[in-house]
Amino acid sequence: MLSDADRIFTNIYGLDDPGLAGARARGDWDGTKALLAMGREKIVQTIKDSGLRGRGGAGFGTGMKWSFMPKEVGPRPHYLVINADEGEPGTCKDREILRSEPHKLIEGALVASFAIGANAAYCYVRGEFYRETEALQRAADEAYAAGLIGKDACKAGFPFDFYIHRGAGAYICGEESALIESLEGKKGQPRLKPPFPAAVGVFGCPTTVNNVESIAVAPAILRRGAAWFAKLGKPNNTGTKLFNISGHVNQPCTVEEEMGVPLKELIERHAGGVRGGWNNLLAIIPGGASVPILPKSICDTVHMDFDSLQKVKSGLGTAAVMVMDKSTDVVRAIARLSRFYKHESCGQCTPCREGTGWMWRMMERLVHGEATIEEIDLLQEVTKQVEGHTICALGDAAAWPIQGLIRHFRPEIERRIADRAAAETEAA
Amino acid sequence: MTDAHAARQPATFAFSDENADKAKVIIAKYPPRFQASAVMPLLDLAQRQNDGWLPKAAMDHVAEMLQMPPIRVYEVATFYTMYNLKPVGKHHVQVCTNLPCWLRGSDVVVGACKRTLAIDFGMTTEDGMFTLSEVECLGACVNAPMMQINDDYYEDLDSDTTEKILSTLKSGGRPKPGSQIGRHTCEPAGGLTTLTGGKASAKKAPKRKTADKGMEK
Repeated sequence: MLSDADRIFTNIYGLDDPGLAGARARGDWDGTKALLAMGREKIVQTIKDSGLRGRGGAGFGTGMKWSFMPKEVGPRPHYLVINADEGEPGTCKDREILRSEPHKLIEGALVASFAIGANAAYCYVRGEFYRETEALQRAADEAYAAGLIGKDACKAGFPFDFYIHRGAGAYICGEESALIESLEGKKGQPRLKPPFPAAVGVFGCPTTVNNVESIAVAPAILRRGAAWFAKLGKPNNTGTKLFNISGHVNQPCTVEEEMGVPLKELIERHAGGVRGGWNNLLAIIPGGASVPILPKSICDTVHMDFDSLQKVKSGLGTAAVMVMDKSTDVVRAIARLSRFYKHESCGQCTPCREGTGWMWRMMERLVHGEATIEEIDLLQEVTKQVEGHTICALGDAAAWPIQGLIRHFRPEIERRIADRAAAETEAA
Repeated sequence: MTDAHAARQPATFAFSDENADKAKVIIAKYPPRFQASAVMPLLDLAQRQNDGWLPKAAMDHVAEMLQMPPIRVYEVATFYTMYNLKPVGKHHVQVCTNLPCWLRGSDVVVGACKRTLAIDFGMTTEDGMFTLSEVECLGACVNAPMMQINDDYYEDLDSDTTEKILSTLKSGGRPKPGSQIGRHTCEPAGGLTTLTGGKASAKKAPKRKTADKGMEK
């Protein structure tokens, strides 16, 4: 159990002033100049030593990502791009940072940009977050007016600009190369890699793309030290994390907890428990729509971190915990996610464009048992033909929930098919 | 753009003086050779000026301003769901039906919207006041079920509160955005489980029972 003293987002509920005065009272912008004085290398090394893994879902080492940027700034300027295109179903953590802790993000953008040799950051916020964008812009205006960012940020002799770019409704733009395309004024269709953004990113320049939460925790790590962050959580899964607990719990909420917290404890301590009690639990999707579902038997003991969840063939993803009690039609639940991926496929790669529609239609039939038993295997086979055969991970994300369903709830699918067949025989 | 809408397509579009100034500020955010980056914010600006929808003339105007081939602008306008290519009601009601909202009763919210407005998804009321749309996850999942009306989120909904919000809008009022069960933002409804030491949190920590209404499926 994390103590309040170790929490980074002390105003995550927005109960205090999100503005500059409030942020300063909470310790933001305190000695930022001294943080920059650490120098590029030491900042990157500290983030590496902290073990911070990217909070956008993939869990790639943040410090490692920063270190991929060219050491010297050449004729092409460097850019930091912050991914605030939060759209993974179940996920609503960055929203709270944008509206309640915007100064943590802007200060983080400054130190991260400094660490990668960038003088400008673009924060790409999903278009629907209009009020959140207003809150972030207010904070940026305050930071400019106070000289914390701008021509001579924090009087450290470092020019830094912070720009907000609004999206316009496309889940795919959360994929970093699609986001870059979108930022350049194009359709959000992912790019082939390589080249990776650190070589050729936005405007053809070296670019680092980081999630909001990854950037917002950076100043706290630099202030309190890599060792402090690394001792929280578990080895290779360090620090604190914002969890979103939604669905069939008594009190859905967002909470900052230690990495590796037991899933059951997370739900019972903070979300008021599963509706009807823990024994009324059917299944949980532990990390946003893309990660495979887990049945109660695994939820009983699993811990919430990248490695623990990977071991049970799911994932931490964005740490968006979607809880389903025994009243849930689990096949319909996954079919709804299949519809989502069909809607959001950008249409660039054939396996995803065609496969997401195919999988969704198949799932809709399975909801009503309108299939044969062999078609379950056919569906599994199709998910395997989509997975890993597309430019970006949306194809994988569409395949995994279905694979998870078949892995853990195949008897339920088969029961529906048998029931329907029996009903048809009776009617005939 | 089908023939049915062609009749409502204005022949020309130009930014108002105020918006033309805003456009200049937007374009200046991006490096000199990358003006095309401004296409999304400018289309949004045009849509806001044009009662919430984006006519072809506005796309052409933006293309000209940014020296882009018009087809590139049409591609953007048709790729992203927030650009409305035909007229919408004064209040664009967008209900999320994705998994987290569905688990908490979005079917009930959808029902209340359809009943109160007497229209189906994709339709606009005859008086032009409301358009009803089904949307994908809007990223407020711990405040589910929820809907967005124009720029505001309405959260923790049930049948009654949904109906009340729409009725208030019908009568020209402005319903209070955010949680409809008295939560401040995303804290647990029963009281804080963390960050209990702060003075503000002690003062404002909500003490409310979870609304169980609207959770039936």
